[in-house]
Amino acid sequence: MIVKRTALTWWERLYIPAVLNGFRVTLRHFFRRKVTMQYPEEKWVVPPGYRGAPYLVKDQDGRTKCVSCQLCEFICPPKAIRIVPPGPEVDPATANVEKRPREFEIDMLRCIFCGFCQEVCPEEAIFLMEDYSLTGGSRSEMVYDLPRLLALGGTHHDPIMKWQQKAREAGLQGVKP
Amino acid sequence: MSAPPSKSNPAPDTLTVVVDGKPVTVPRTTPDPVSGRPLPTTMIQACEAAGVVVPHYCYHPKLPVAGNCRMCLVEFGLPALGPDRQPILNPDGTPKIVLQTLPYDPGVPRAAIACATPLSPGMEIYTNTPSVRKTREAVLESLLINHPLDCPICDQAGECKLQEYSVEYGQSESRFAETKVHKPKQVDLGPRIMLDDERCILCSRCIRFTRDIVGDDALGIVSRGSHSTLTAYPGRPFDNNYTLNTVDLCPVGALTSKDFRFQMRVWFLKETNNLCPSCGTGCNLVIGSRENRIYRYEPRQNDAVNSCWMCDFGRLNYKWIQRPDRLAEVGRRNADGGFDASSWTPALREVADKIKGLPAGALAIVASARQTNEELFLLQRLAQHRQALTDSIPRLGDADHLLVNADKNPNSTGSRLIGIAGPDLGTRLPTMATGIAEGRIKGLIVFGEDVVRHGLTEELLQRLELLVVSDVLPNATTALAHYLLPGCAHAEKRGSFVNVKRQLQRFNQAVAPPGNARPEWEFLVECVGRVLGEPLPATLEGLFNQMAKEVPAFQGQTWAGLGDLGKKLG
Ligand code: SF4
Ligand code: SF4
Ligand code: SF4
Ligand code: SF4
Ligand code: FES
Repeated sequence: MIVKRTALTWWERLYIPAVLNGFRVTLRHFFRRKVTMQYPEEKWVVPPGYRGAPYLVKDQDGRTKCVSCQLCEFICPPKAIRIVPPGPEVDPATANVEKRPREFEIDMLRCIFCGFCQEVCPEEAIFLMEDYSLTGGSRSEMVYDLPRLLALGGTHHDPIMKWQQKAREAGLQGVKP
Repeated sequence: MSAPPSKSNPAPDTLTVVVDGKPVTVPRTTPDPVSGRPLPTTMIQACEAAGVVVPHYCYHPKLPVAGNCRMCLVEFGLPALGPDRQPILNPDGTPKIVLQTLPYDPGVPRAAIACATPLSPGMEIYTNTPSVRKTREAVLESLLINHPLDCPICDQAGECKLQEYSVEYGQSESRFAETKVHKPKQVDLGPRIMLDDERCILCSRCIRFTRDIVGDDALGIVSRGSHSTLTAYPGRPFDNNYTLNTVDLCPVGALTSKDFRFQMRVWFLKETNNLCPSCGTGCNLVIGSRENRIYRYEPRQNDAVNSCWMCDFGRLNYKWIQRPDRLAEVGRRNADGGFDASSWTPALREVADKIKGLPAGALAIVASARQTNEELFLLQRLAQHRQALTDSIPRLGDADHLLVNADKNPNSTGSRLIGIAGPDLGTRLPTMATGIAEGRIKGLIVFGEDVVRHGLTEELLQRLELLVVSDVLPNATTALAHYLLPGCAHAEKRGSFVNVKRQLQRFNQAVAPPGNARPEWEFLVECVGRVLGEPLPATLEGLFNQMAKEVPAFQGQTWAGLGDLGKKLG
């Protein structure tokens, strides 16, 4: 497409009226309510349901809720999640929850904050939280590992505690959970 | 339905039934999978012949019928008979079919288990009526009553029949509000098997397999009702050489393999058809791998070879493929006896030129019967050209009554057919040793064997002018090689084997070889082609087809024609 350039009129070539018009706009905003935020000194409060960075949580007993079912790894569209399952060794500390992640990494450079991982998780172990400003000095620093994800995720109050409930039920029936 | 079977001139040993409106003719009897005795053909077999899927748990085509899960319930109708025992006809001449109902409540259709109900002529089977769907829903609901719903931590998730049927035929919501019955979890059944009793649906497939197929009556169900529990014979580990097949057979996640337990979710695994190289039976298998790591082998059905099974030894014999000390670089001995890393092109060129420089008859070739037919064929072409003495090495062990063969080489038959070895493997090795000792044999090519352990001692090897060794793992022979050519495991290349029953079978590549290692056939094509001075096919298909033309036993075979199950040689 060829756009024809029209010649400026004499009035436009004066420039002074255009400059004065600019001053008029500035002056008008001078008396209005201010909208600029002084980021980063001033921080934006995210609305509820905001999808920030995904982190892992522990329950109120301090148990890592993730059981390394790898559904989030499967669903994640940009393949940001990598999980290493625990293998056959039995960890007596995790009682009747036979699985837990050995390694869990989220590449925050890949993550598109879609929230699929939170939605697919059968254990309510991963949540998109409020962090939107993630920085790092290198690419590898932006790959968050298990301890870091757990530290950032904190505690999620679980009203059901299904594994503990199962263990209690089995105990009452005289079966080792 | 068309005319009754009696009028349509059926073969006496077949009968025609109707499955969901589609007539299908099946044999009257089907051999029992264990004893081979003829048994009446059942509804589920007719449905399968008609291409209609009937969901089932306890039925397995290779096991005796148990009929205990009730998942396969279907409705059926039979031709109405008059007092003269002749079929009553509809006005349009077709036989009148009566839907079978409960004797005490004629309003309710009577369902039958398709896996154990014999066919009768003219029977009509309905697998998708509202009441059949309701029945399936009810069966699933009862199976799930005490089920732990462990899917997030259950290894079976993703290939679980309980999950699949629940999605397809089950209810979306549970009505069960009571406390579930709990049973032992993490039960150590044997060295390779871990049992979760809560997940067991008591189908008894594992029991029937180990009792009737293996002949080791090791498993059983104790207690009653919802407390029924699968268990091994007290005080005895469940440790025969076929235990891991029960993990495949188990429709749920009750029996799990300790080796595969919590290693990887099954939906990430890439499946590649391959063969077991651990003995001459050549069981068909599927390699499950992800990102170049092998996670498991599973048997693949081939009724001419291994039915649906494989032995535990062969199944677990894959760890060596990922050993860190795998040979991964081309090696070339330098003037002061050390090893230099080399690259393929110069190394192959030098090897070819040195072979050409040897006088006729001064070369010998030891090619393992673990190499593929294609590789053996190339070596045999080379041997014919240089009049070289060739042999393979026998590898014998114990056999059993089911699958395991005493010949531990996967391709002894191929080696004989191609002419690398005589009728008895290894008989030419002493001649080779004398030849080297007397200086007649100046060059030796070794593929995949540690010949030091088979009579060609280190001293003999040190006398050679040329020692070319290709292998996957380091050993005493590779340490002495002048040229070391790193090869591939069966999972890392394509090729074909001939098993002890002369079944010619092919396999595919699952993972990439380490470092610079290359499939042997690939570099042999380059090297042998240079010695022979003729271009050889650069694709495996082309190579196989050329071999089929030149080797009499393979006449008429093509790579494409082998298919997944292979072909029996005449
Ligand atoms: S939010 Fe989306 S992109 Fe990010 S880790 Fe979860 S699933 Fe992957
Ligand atoms: S979906 Fe949840 S439980 Fe499963 S691996 Fe991801 S975070 Fe862990
Ligand atoms: S057996 Fe199937 S349904 Fe039961 S917990 Fe395992 S995957 Fe889930
Ligand atoms: S363990 Fe598996 S195969 Fe054995 S009875 Fe239970 S569900 Fe069936
Ligand atoms: S398949 Fe179990 S009863 Fe028929």
